[in-house]
Amino acid sequence: MNHDKYIGDLQEIKEMMNRSSRFISLSGWSGISAGLIALIGAYLSYNVIYVNRSSPEAHFLWTDNSSIVLLLIAIGTLICSIGAGIYFTTRETRRRSLRIWDYQTKRLLINLAIPLAAGGIFCLTMLFQGYVVLVIPLTLIFYGLALVNASKYTLPDIRTLGLIEIGLGLIATYIIEYGLLFWAIGFGVMHIVYGIIMQVKDKS
Amino acid sequence: MKELLKDLNKAFENRIRLGVMSALVVNDYVDFSSLKDLLGVTDGNLASHLKVLEKKKYLAFKKEFLDRKPNTKYFITAEGKKAFSKHIKAIEKLLK
Repeated sequence: MNHDKYIGDLQEIKEMMNRSSRFISLSGWSGISAGLIALIGAYLSYNVIYVNRSSPEAHFLWTDNSSIVLLLIAIGTLICSIGAGIYFTTRETRRRSLRIWDYQTKRLLINLAIPLAAGGIFCLTMLFQGYVVLVIPLTLIFYGLALVNASKYTLPDIRTLGLIEIGLGLIATYIIEYGLLFWAIGFGVMHIVYGIIMQVKDKS
Repeated sequence: MKELLKDLNKAFENRIRLGVMSALVVNDYVDFSSLKDLLGVTDGNLASHLKVLEKKKYLAFKKEFLDRKPNTKYFITAEGKKAFSKHIKAIEKLLK
């Protein structure tokens, strides 16, 4: 007779455990928009790195200006993705009528930021030291590590995404001439795929 | 059946107390206003349920000041953890 009540109790327990410990307002649209922005960024970088592909010695043309331009593209891509992420996340939070700046959000962002900041500083140093080609796989690896670290505090799917990014980064370290392609897959295609999966899951 | 019912904890029959325990068991601590937001209850209602759990020694709290405003952090005790997991196990057995 109390069967339904206990099933309800168990659901309540599970729901409260999730809501109190994880940041759940991740919107699939954040992923999709970040992916599209990353693809544009990758295309722009491609034009900077691989100019004059017709002449063999200029296949990998590098000028002092290239570092600066690439850096600007990277910063632009980062700002646009974060902006889109904030926009869609705030919208999702409002839809679920939750607070945007609560304990869960802070904990998620801190745990995401630690590997990301360390990696970002490291990549900048590499860029200025001239190890430009390694920067692309490294951004993938550090981003993946950040996602794996942060996944404990948000939707568990993020962990798989992180592992995929790490894998792509490691492969890209070997096949350095296709680095940008891997970057476009990792930051562009994977984000879009994940965004769509999350959006579909959310609807069902 | 009677044996199973004995393991069910009266203190967790109430949905709000059940919610409080669920939130505390997976977090190091949760403050009063977060609990209020999570459960969607009034100050007075939440306070009275917290008092019941506190009397049973299932939770403890620490008063702090954040920007000169009082902020109470609640956390689960070892006793509370034990009682809660026993309660969940009893429900799961009942449903089998």
